[in-house]
Amino acid sequence: MSTARTVLTIAALTLREASRRRVLFALAALTVVLLGLSSWGFSRLAAESLTSGEARLTASILLNLVMFGYSLVAALGTAFLAGPTLSGETESGIALSMLARPIRRSAFLLGKWLGLVAFGSGFVVLAGLAQILVVRLTVDYWPPAPATALALLAAQTVVLLTLTVLLATVISPMASGVVAVGLFCTTWVAGVVGAIGEALGNDAVGRVGSVSRVLLPTDGLWRGAMNAFQDPSAIVQFGGADEGAGAFPFLSTAPLTLTYLGWAVLWVAMVWALAAMSFVRRDL
Amino acid sequence: MSTVDSGAGVQAAADLVAGLPPAPAAWCTGLRKQYRKHLAVEDVSLQVGRGEIVGLLGPNGAGKTTVIKMLLGLVRPDAGEAMLLGQRSADPAARARVGYLPELFRYQPWLTAAEVLALHARLSGAGVPAAEQRDCLALVGLSGRGDDRVGGFSKGMQQRLGLAVALVGRPEFVVLDEPTSALDPLGRADVRDIVLELRSRGVAVLLNSHLIGEVERVCDRVVVLDRGRVAASGTLAELLGQREVRLHLTDLSPAAQQRLAALGRVDREGEWSTVALSADDDGTAVPDLVRDLVSLGARVHAVEPVRISLEERLLGILRDGAASRAAGPS
Ligand SMILES: Nc1ncnc2c1ncn2[C@@H]1O[C@H](COP(=O)(O)OP(=O)(O)OP(=O)(O)O)[C@@H](O)[C@H]1O
Ligand SMILES: [Mg+2]
Repeated sequence: MSTARTVLTIAALTLREASRRRVLFALAALTVVLLGLSSWGFSRLAAESLTSGEARLTASILLNLVMFGYSLVAALGTAFLAGPTLSGETESGIALSMLARPIRRSAFLLGKWLGLVAFGSGFVVLAGLAQILVVRLTVDYWPPAPATALALLAAQTVVLLTLTVLLATVISPMASGVVAVGLFCTTWVAGVVGAIGEALGNDAVGRVGSVSRVLLPTDGLWRGAMNAFQDPSAIVQFGGADEGAGAFPFLSTAPLTLTYLGWAVLWVAMVWALAAMSFVRRDL
Repeated sequence: MSTVDSGAGVQAAADLVAGLPPAPAAWCTGLRKQYRKHLAVEDVSLQVGRGEIVGLLGPNGAGKTTVIKMLLGLVRPDAGEAMLLGQRSADPAARARVGYLPELFRYQPWLTAAEVLALHARLSGAGVPAAEQRDCLALVGLSGRGDDRVGGFSKGMQQRLGLAVALVGRPEFVVLDEPTSALDPLGRADVRDIVLELRSRGVAVLLNSHLIGEVERVCDRVVVLDRGRVAASGTLAELLGQREVRLHLTDLSPAAQQRLAALGRVDREGEWSTVALSADDDGTAVPDLVRDLVSLGARVHAVEPVRISLEERLLGILRDGAASRAAGPS
């Protein structure tokens, strides 16, 4: 069987698994709750008498906040799907009969990864789009670069997913999910701490954020996504980048650089290669 | 060398290869696997010929499953080589015509039985039509359950599904690791029929089972593993070849006793003597012996053949192994 056919077969299988497991229902339920809550919140906001600048600032912050919710839901969903589908299958013996077929293990892993990528990014893009439309309908705010923002949100999910896949090839299913989500949250906190450090002019603390953004690119991509969601005037409204806006967790002072995007791509490729090496050498 | 010449050379080589007998279904030499400090398999060599049914026997932890997994490229051997149908088993393509029922059989619980079969048919690359897949399910007794989720299957039904998965890709070599561990007596008979049917179609089978009677009934050859090493191997005739005959004799003269001893090792217990027959006996030894004993004045009350079952032979091999280990490392 050709490698491409194997990859596609396994990817389709992974998508079918996602659609048949409870994960999908859990994700759908959480999304509906978030959408409902946020549309209620935004409609209340529309009822307030705010200046147009204030309204755009609040809309930006709220949108970023809700999007963070979605990225967290996507992180949880894919992390707890990637664990069972990879290390769970090797543990239970499902992988044994699959990998006794004439297929390469790397093709199998790529198929799983592609399926999870399609699932995870499909979810954030759809949920994010629905959210943008809700905001548009309730407070008439349209983000400056919605496509970039959604793509970056998807990229963030892919980064976390790749990390979970690597973890799932070496540790147990649940542990890999827990560790991946833990690291995701840690980097986010480190990013906020770093931003506060920068705002206070403390370089040592400021470096915490930049170092963690290099080690795990989720937070960097997330900041890029926020920047594309928020109104360009929001930072100025908040008092300027030097006056504390940078320290606020749901606003981003700078757009993403191409260099950082390149690093994120390289990071994903490297971590995937590590996962493949570990999976190919593994005794079943 | 001109291109015409090299073309002819390639053609000649291809003809030569095509004329060779097909490579064995499975072949391995010097396989070794160590798990941390524990040596699971040491210097195992075995071969399964085309269309041959080979039984893999041995006590728990002997390394049978580990050998099977190394043959299939699922576990990396620390040393040694393994080939499947003429290709190195590290190459995935070697498994194209191989079916495998693992000892730990589990299939996607969120798929239906028919979907699991379709998935494996697709991955095997054999292009098996849906009707043939249904026949495969029917063969293992799951004809009515194709559209049920595997998650709701009983253990024995899952093992039956595993058997169908092993057979669905039109295999030339089938590896069954304890295929009847969860099956009812009817299922065991089904497996026996399936294995015999595979042999009649020229499909080779490597069968690992603790049910020795099953192995004895279907296998052409047996390999016994003990503590990671091959303790014995051979055809059933070779392993069980050492036959014996028990005689009830009275009035046994010294000359008659000598005649008995001339045949082989004799154990005497009162009036009963047990004589070991040589493996190359063509069926004349016992009648000749009786004729000579009678002419030497002995009275022959009874002559009984003694059958060694594979089970007794296996226990003997394992006990001999334990005894020689107890006697000290050599
Ligand atoms: N993944 C593993 N990690 C560590 N040790 C292992 C592993 N797999 C097998 N072993 C060890 O290798 C030895 C052989 O195991 P194996 O499963 O091959 O035995 P077996 O002959 O199939 O036994 P059984 O009849 O119980 O199925 C055992 O001592 C076992 O403890
Ligand atoms: Mg075993």
